[in-house]
Parts: sequence; structure tokens; C-alpha cells
Amino acid sequence: MDFHLTREQEMIRKMLREFAENEVKPLAQEVDEEERFPMETVEKMAKLGLMGIYFDKKYGGAGGDILTYAMAVEELSKVCGTTGVILSAHTSLCCAPIYENGTEEQKMKYLPDLLSGKKIGAFGLTEPNAGTDASGQQTTAVLDESGENYVLNGSKCFITNGTVAETFVIFAMTDPKLGNKGISAFIVEKSFPGFSVGKHEKKMGIRGSSTCDLIFEDCIVPKANLLGKEGEGFKIAMKTLDGGRIGIAAQALGIGEGAVDEAIKYTQERVQFKKRLSQFQNTQFQLADMHTRMQAAQYLVYAAAMKKQNHEPYSMDAAMAKLFAAEAASDVTRRAVQLFGGYGYTREYPVERMMRDAKITEIYEGTSEVQRMVISSHLGVK
Amino acid sequence: MKIIVCVKQVPDTSGKVAVNPDGTLNRASMATITNPDDLNAVEAALTLKEQTGAEVVVVSMGPPPAEGMLRELMARGADRAVLVSGREFGGSDTYATSQILAAAINKIGLEDEDIVLCGRQAIDGDTAQVGPQIAEKLGLPQVSYAAEIVKDGKTLTVKRMLEDGYMTVKVSTPCLLTCIKELNEPRYMSVSGIFECYSKPYEVYDYETLKDDPLIDATTIGLKGSPTNIFKSFTPPQKGAGMMMEGADKATCEQLAGLLAAKHLI
Repeated sequence: MDFHLTREQEMIRKMLREFAENEVKPLAQEVDEEERFPMETVEKMAKLGLMGIYFDKKYGGAGGDILTYAMAVEELSKVCGTTGVILSAHTSLCCAPIYENGTEEQKMKYLPDLLSGKKIGAFGLTEPNAGTDASGQQTTAVLDESGENYVLNGSKCFITNGTVAETFVIFAMTDPKLGNKGISAFIVEKSFPGFSVGKHEKKMGIRGSSTCDLIFEDCIVPKANLLGKEGEGFKIAMKTLDGGRIGIAAQALGIGEGAVDEAIKYTQERVQFKKRLSQFQNTQFQLADMHTRMQAAQYLVYAAAMKKQNHEPYSMDAAMAKLFAAEAASDVTRRAVQLFGGYGYTREYPVERMMRDAKITEIYEGTSEVQRMVISSHLGVK
Repeated sequence: MKIIVCVKQVPDTSGKVAVNPDGTLNRASMATITNPDDLNAVEAALTLKEQTGAEVVVVSMGPPPAEGMLRELMARGADRAVLVSGREFGGSDTYATSQILAAAINKIGLEDEDIVLCGRQAIDGDTAQVGPQIAEKLGLPQVSYAAEIVKDGKTLTVKRMLEDGYMTVKVSTPCLLTCIKELNEPRYMSVSGIFECYSKPYEVYDYETLKDDPLIDATTIGLKGSPTNIFKSFTPPQKGAGMMMEGADKATCEQLAGLLAAKHLI
């Protein structure tokens, strides 16, 4: 396997580092403290083409590749986990399913605004009673008498980008008798009658990202907005989440790497017993382990991204990347707080935020337990 | 209409500065960046491009690896790039460099509405001589220290930032301006720009390409054509952070006088 980045990818990384350092890092603490969605950052990202990295120029994308997208989420997450997930949810969970499953008309109608960052996208699958068991969808979609519109009723929860998004990919039961095969996917606009945004969650980490309920009360969705065919929703959701896992794995990777960077810097400055912390073997061994874990995570994440780019099966790779990167990020950020000691526990230093941000990567877009289910099923272990 | 921007790849002096025993910079051991003032010149060109549809051409004289910098500038939005590179040009001082760059600009071709932009000065030599010398050699009107540029047809209104104030000058094209950091905030490379930059036109001008220009002869280029001799180069000591005091009242004045007296300055 070729682990070398192309010259374009190297250049992207350089641009992303400058952007993250100058534009994203200075806001990271503030958006966390104030639980504020960093809209100004999204606008700047849009100008650079970051809201549509790997999509066709025909639809307003930047014409890049999936590894570049993963690197973007990684570099942003190094300094701000919130910004990383905003990009990941928008790209992987809203733009991608429309791009991969939409009709030409749907793509021409919705992608240009999403990929240029004029509008933010979100994805609604999870419900209060349908989390890991996504097949337990209670939101319904019924074709009205005219046969022109679906009427949606129900609610969704924990929707990333929910309060700021204008375009949603929503899942609902069109035929409850059929179970998974009765689920369909829809493109829903914020302005559709009967659609509203519910309560905003107060979270442990990624506090600048918006997470909320979506409510559908006789919400009218034109038939033309059915994504894929009726009954294909579950398949679309699972395929979308396979791709999404690359994004979240990249977010976890970035958070962990960011914590290693901070710990290396801090332990070279902090003096105890007349020695820099970095001169103690415990510190050296901790940092060696932390870096090794994140490097291994990077290989898994990049391999999954390259397989998706090459249209090879990547579902198990994405699951392994997310599982490993998320657990590595949680471990590494916790160790970083320990190396910082008392200061690490204060909100003056970024590592406690990174530790809180890392935890969610083990939970959303498929918990670590779900990733293990996916991996073992690919191994044929029953 | 065309805007030609002269740019230089320089050592990143924000990192470690390495000096050879003979006093010259050890460029090989230092990371390189695009000279900061030159980025302001490129940004000014890209802004004018957005307003007028002008073509932006970036030109640099340097060794072959300077291609990377030129590609990055195309990723920011420049349309094409020219690298002036050849053994014969090595060791050039500002006099010889401006001679060569002027010949390169002649080769690219300057038309009636065209503009040449340079950064004010490079952070490695800090001379601020190359831009003005190019203008002299091409017989172009020049405006240095541009902090604001407004284009109206063939007339540019340029606000120059001087030490003690501003001076507004009108100049007609073709002309050369040198740009300062107050002019604008350089943009980042864009994702699509990066994926396009290796397919944009890129040319290398060597000695053979430029030798017929009257400005180019062995006595005016390269080390032999450079009247400058370097006696010593050094890293200037870092200035400490300044201290700002605000207020027009007596207490502030007394505080200031006290501070100056404590340092035995008054």
C-alpha cells in the first residue's frame, strides 16, 4: 500500500493547518464555553471549498477526494472537535446520500447550495426509541390522497447541525409491516410546512455543535423528494453511515493528535523536581504510546478513505477505523489530562475539552459496540 | 488585461535562522515560505482580477524547487506561472535580479492596461530595491508602499503609506506598484484551486529564453554582474515587546516620565 500523499494532498494539509491554526483554534475555547455554533467559521470554510470537498464540480463541489475530506476533518478536529463534526455531518450524512442516491434533478436542486456551503445539511435517523436499533423507526410517511405528497409524522433526536441546517435527509416508515424494508428516505427542507426544530441538547463535549430534536407534524414533503425508491431507506441509511464513520474516525483521529501535540508542548515547558516533565521516562513512554496509537489510527482511517475513493468494499474498514480511532482518542486525551496534572483539569488548557470531545466519537454514528458487530459479521462470526 | 506579480521564495525567519561561516544564509537547512509582502501583492492582483477579469501571472526567479511556491500561488487563484531559473542567474544581487526579472516581464509582454506588482521587500535581504529597479529598467512609472489600490480604466489611484502619513497618487498603466502588508489580508489556497494548480500553465525561462533581451548580458547578470559585495550578514536581535500607554492626562504623563527616568533616559 502506498502511504505517500499526493502533492495536492500535501498542499491541502498545509492550507488546512494554516486555516485551523489562524481561524479555528482561536475560537475553540469560546464556542465550547458558550455552546455557540461557530457560523463565522463555516462561512470561511465555505469560501475555501471545504463544504463540498470530494464532490463533482458539476454540482458545485471542489473536485477533491475522500482522503482529502478525511484530512480536513482531522486537521480541524486537532484544534476544535466541534468544527470537525460540523463538517463531517454536513458532508457524510447529508451531501453524500443525496450525491449517491439522488436523481439528477434532486442533485441539481440541492447539491449546489450544500456543496458551496450556502446551506448546511443534516441527517435524521435516530429517534427516542430507535438508536442503535435503527429499524425501530416510529416516524411515518404516508402518501396523501393526491398522490403528490408524503405526510410525515414523528420526531427525531440528537440531530447534529439540527438548528442551523436547511436541508435534511430524513428516514421514515412508509410501510411498517415490512420492518427495515418499509423504511424510506426523504429530502426535507426546513421551510416545509409541519417541520420544526425541538429542544437543544446540553452536551458533555462538542458543545459548539448544534444537537437537537426535529419534529414532524403532518409535514408535507413532495413526492419528488423521496430519496431512492420506497423501502430503500434502511439500505441508504446503512450505506451513509459507512461513509460517515470515516468522517467520525477522522474527527477522533484529529482530537487525539491534537492532545498529543499539546502534551508534547506542555511537558517540555513544565518543570517539577528541577526537571522538565519531558525528561522523566514516564512522560517519554506515555507520549511514545500516545503517538503510536494515533499513528495506527491514522493508517486505518486513511486506508478506509482510500478504499471508498477506489470504490472498493470499505464497510469493515470504516468500522475498524472508527472503533480504533475513537477508543484511541478517548485513551490519549485522558492520558494528556493526566500529564498536565491539575492544570489539565482546568478549562484554561485545551486537553480537558479534548477529553470531553473524544468521548462522543465512541458513541455517535454507531457506538463502538456496533462497530464490533459490523466487524465480526464481516468476519462471518455468528 | 494582465497583472504580473513578482514573488520570491525566502527562508522562514520565524523558525531557526542558519548562517554559513562566510556570513551568507544557509538556505538549504531552512524551511521556505513565500515572501510575506509578495503575498499581499498576489492578493491585490487576485482582488483586481475579481473586479476586472484580468489574468494574473506570477513570476519568480529562483532554483527549480521554487515551482512548489508558484503552484501554491496558482492554488490561491493565479492563472499561470513563470519560473526564471538558470545557472547563469545564480548569485545575482538586486541590480542583476531586477535586470533578469525585467527581461522576463518583457518576454511575458506588457500591454497598455497591464500592471506589475511586487512586494515592498523580502524578509531575507530587506532591501526593497528590486521592485523599483524593475520599474526603472522597464521605463515604467512606479508607486511604492501601496496600502490601497483603486482601478478606474487606465488610471490607478494608489494610497501610499509613509512613515508620517499617507500620500495619494494617480498613475496610469502600464505601471509598477510595490505592496505592503496593510494593503490586504492574503487569502488561503482553496480546495478546488489546489486540485487545479498542477494543470495550469507553468513555464520555465532559462538563460537561452532571455538571452536576446538587451538587458541580459554576462556583465549584468549573476554573480559577475552584481556590484554588491556582502561583508557580513546577521540575525538582528529580537526587539522586546513594546509598551503602550494611553491617555492625555497629567497622571499618564507623570507615569511616562517616571518610566523614562527609571531607565535613565531623561
